[in-house]
Amino acid sequence: MTPASRPTRNRGFAAALACLGLGTLAPGLSRAQETKASSAPPASVQIDRGSALYGRPEGGDAAKLAPVAGPPLATAAAKLPLDKLKVPEGFKVEVYASGLANARSMTQAPDGTLFVGTRTVGKVYAVLPQAGSDGKREVKTIASGLHRPNGVAFHDGALYVAELSKIWRYDDIAKHLDGSEKPSLVYDDLPKDEAHGWKFIAIGPDNKLYVPVGAPGNIVMPPDTHAQIRRIDLDGKNAEVIARGVRNTVGFDWNPKTKQLWFTDNGRDWVSEDIPNDELNVLTEPGKQHFGYPFCHQGTFTDPEYGWGHSCTEFTAPAALLGPHTASLGMRFYTGAQFPEGYKDAMFIARHGSWNRTTKLGGDVVVARPGPDGKVASVEPFLTGFLQENKYAGRPVDVLVAKDGSLLVSDDYNGAIYRVSYGQ
Amino acid sequence: MRLGVRIGLIRGLASVLGVPLAGAALAAPDAAMQERLAPCVACHGGGASETEGVPSLGGQQADYVVTQLFQFREKQRTAPPMNDVAAGFSDDDLRAYADAVATLPPPAWSGPAADPALVTRAQALVSKHQCNSCHGADLAGRDAIPRIRAQREEYLARALTAYKSNDRPGYDPAMNEVAQGLSEADIQDLAAYVSRL
Repeated sequence: MTPASRPTRNRGFAAALACLGLGTLAPGLSRAQETKASSAPPASVQIDRGSALYGRPEGGDAAKLAPVAGPPLATAAAKLPLDKLKVPEGFKVEVYASGLANARSMTQAPDGTLFVGTRTVGKVYAVLPQAGSDGKREVKTIASGLHRPNGVAFHDGALYVAELSKIWRYDDIAKHLDGSEKPSLVYDDLPKDEAHGWKFIAIGPDNKLYVPVGAPGNIVMPPDTHAQIRRIDLDGKNAEVIARGVRNTVGFDWNPKTKQLWFTDNGRDWVSEDIPNDELNVLTEPGKQHFGYPFCHQGTFTDPEYGWGHSCTEFTAPAALLGPHTASLGMRFYTGAQFPEGYKDAMFIARHGSWNRTTKLGGDVVVARPGPDGKVASVEPFLTGFLQENKYAGRPVDVLVAKDGSLLVSDDYNGAIYRVSYGQ
Repeated sequence: MRLGVRIGLIRGLASVLGVPLAGAALAAPDAAMQERLAPCVACHGGGASETEGVPSLGGQQADYVVTQLFQFREKQRTAPPMNDVAAGFSDDDLRAYADAVATLPPPAWSGPAADPALVTRAQALVSKHQCNSCHGADLAGRDAIPRIRAQREEYLARALTAYKSNDRPGYDPAMNEVAQGLSEADIQDLAAYVSRL
């Protein structure tokens, strides 16, 4: 408690209420001289070598890096950074919908209705497929007050929504876009950690629900319940762990040919500007593979803390590297017919953009093309321009191949959805 | 650049209030803004709070205040009476109040200097947990990251405790992540030290 040097009116909540509407502003106070809180410890202070935080940079340039959470209010349509966005020759990018604060993961119903989850504002949106006479699509809020409802998946007329530790099903959602449907609880045997607790979800070709559980921190030894992907029956039963050593995947999809699960994974922070890379992984033997965290990162780099006694050969190496700290999130195979032949079965990957790096990297959508052997042959920029002079004009989160073959891209910084189309 | 933005925001506020802003100095809120702030100031003080459990708002980052008011309105953060206060706010109200609050003078510690042993322990914690990474070298915050220097001690301790238990899910969960590594003693040290800056 504060010592007597600061006058204290020790009153409770009722008193706080009572003082609303009373009192006056004291405008004459001047800004006091501010002393520095040391950005580096005194020489005598040592970080415990056994700490997982040992080796993190202290002060200096590294101390200028911070995560960037987008604002809770959406950017007005007229102020979206559309003129800054670049796509390859022959493609066109336009605003598909705006006013969806913190728009994150997407799923689409057969009638074209787009459902969009959020991470920070507790809402799930529905974007109606037909634009009005003003060219704008109506956005309905179908749920609010949820806890980090990042994940959405449409299946058989129902919308599955993943909160941080609960998965819900909204039946016959098309008839309940006004938010009147009371959801049924599908599954809640999930940890409640905030760190990497928000979830991307999807329903696989096997009609099962795929649910990741991230590591409960940047670099920690995860409990058996964490750093994994689970597969669950649609009624919430028979949960099984199908992949381990996964730090935090926020996007996955199934190869249309092999039906194998491919997923992005975000690498650890603070070890270096340039390593480790985020990973693109493929699950070939469900339940049997470990993808490295916290022992090995990017398939080649043993962790400075947890890697001792291990070799990266013990773990499944990534199928492709996606750049250091790029926050590679949503990814989908291109299964549409609108784009040129070279995009068939290629993967589009949204890179949210780095914060744990002096020169930001990512803030784009890249395309990973498969070679004849099915392995990733190249990773190239596709939609760029969100990163301007080391600042974000927007941040892509998820990609979705729309029913008409165009590519939808969500931007949680501006609360908008863009549409990339070809030859129209 | 930042100054330009701030002036723009204040002009925006003035137009919301229907008051012309003819060359008003930034540090001297006009009468309409004072009126708008009066209910805030009643509990939170004119920059520095003198009420236990009620945080000081002076010099707070406008983007952070917008986010907190949004969370109060949406009931994402439970902090009576603020949930009721913000319940009827429009998005424009959130911005206007945040811009107004940001003009209040920041709190400053005026008591005796912190105990050197406390300073040593707390500075090691500040370094270990990368507080400066986000809150800045002087812990005055930036953008959506709050000013915490010279904040009330018991408020800081309560915030850290609630982040640790996840009773207060941050707008972004960065603080929930950081607080997992704090002991009860760490929290007391950090709160005592940061409140005395």
